[in-house]
Amino acid sequence: MYTNGYIFRYAAILVILAAAFLSLASVLLKPFQERNKAIDKMEGILSAARVEGVNATNAIPYFNKYIVEELVINPKGDVVSNYTKSPKDEAPAFKLDLKMELYKKAHNKPYVLPLYIADKDGQKIYIIPMRGTGLWGPIWGNMALSSDLNTVIGVYFGDQSETPGLGGEIKSAKFKDQFIGKEIFDKNGDFTSIEVVKGGVKKLPTGQRIHGVDALSGATLTSNGVNDMIKDVLDSYLAYIKKNR
Amino acid sequence: MSTEKMEKEPLFSAKNIKLLTGPVNLNNPITVQVLGICSALAVTAKMKPAFVMFLAVTVVTGFSNLVISLLRNGIPPRIRIIVQLVVVATLVILVDQILKAFVYDVSKQLSVFVGLIITNCIIMGRLEAFAMGNKPWPAFLDGVGNGLGYGLILLVVAFFRELFGSGTIFGFEIIPHSLYQAGYENNGMMILPPMALITVGVIIWVQRYYNRSLIEEK
Repeated sequence: MYTNGYIFRYAAILVILAAAFLSLASVLLKPFQERNKAIDKMEGILSAARVEGVNATNAIPYFNKYIVEELVINPKGDVVSNYTKSPKDEAPAFKLDLKMELYKKAHNKPYVLPLYIADKDGQKIYIIPMRGTGLWGPIWGNMALSSDLNTVIGVYFGDQSETPGLGGEIKSAKFKDQFIGKEIFDKNGDFTSIEVVKGGVKKLPTGQRIHGVDALSGATLTSNGVNDMIKDVLDSYLAYIKKNR
Repeated sequence: MSTEKMEKEPLFSAKNIKLLTGPVNLNNPITVQVLGICSALAVTAKMKPAFVMFLAVTVVTGFSNLVISLLRNGIPPRIRIIVQLVVVATLVILVDQILKAFVYDVSKQLSVFVGLIITNCIIMGRLEAFAMGNKPWPAFLDGVGNGLGYGLILLVVAFFRELFGSGTIFGFEIIPHSLYQAGYENNGMMILPPMALITVGVIIWVQRYYNRSLIEEK
């Protein structure tokens, strides 16, 4: 009853129609999606700097208000470009794809890094975007350092698919708040990063507790992912940090 | 002419209403047919994602049933599953794109589960069992009915999980602060998928208690 020719024609027409329909939808919805992604990124940056009351509706004005400088730096610590104009989301640093840059780094190709500087009630805050791998997928975040480029003001984490209730808890205030006031350099000025310690910071010697936070119980691999992400990313920014301390 | 009109079924005849309400209780896709369990466990930690998932699945079941029913006489039987998948996948991608454009935070929470609607057994089941052999309007109602049945269970499960797991409903705090000060703590277990399975089990138990016809004879 149905010839092979009919089946092929039927399948071809159906698939072409479906593809055309989806392409149209994608093109029409793209501007909204891009805007949502940009807003999400802004919320993450402001949240690391502990700006209060940021949500999806006011993220753009808040971002324009608090962020004063957006830098692109190279691994040697030199500033490649510096953007202070408005609107802030037009900055080269904001448009930079950190995933792509870290990929270039992993393959020993030249890369650049974004860095945001916020002015919160006269306090200068450096915000470093981070990206790494969790247990099931990518994790990302931002770390805000105070003007001494040593003390942590706050952090923000996000994940694509960490286990809810376990690894997903990296997004919880309880985990993030531990980072506040921690330091990334020891007394001799050597880089220590911030260690996510399995079993808790009390396992560290007293003097080193300022460089560690408690890992999440039941989420060792996600905690390790956070630990490595902070260490690797801060390491890439180290030249800039050391130059400007 | 008048006899033809008489034969035409009203849009909401008793039979059509039954297509809509049957899956909500006695033919429920989750508690009676035990389909679509995986997503029911995954997205029910909070009410909001459960509600959005309910809408998404209802739209997809309704419209995929409608489209397949419209095409049913032209679909070559040898490639019918592929045709069904193309239709379902198109609708699911569309829903995913719309969620990303307009409710980004919920879309982040639902993450992969919207994409996985494609593999939701309820949808393929309804297409094969109903849409391939019925007219578009009843097929659409059947799809929406199954979406409602799925969504109802999702919302009931999410209600209990959010209430006891986070102390909130739709993000609003329900459990008073004084209770927390008195030593009450949210039950972290409720957030994890195993408790969703147990909650679904309790719902099945309660449903069968009131509907003895559902209990299998030994």
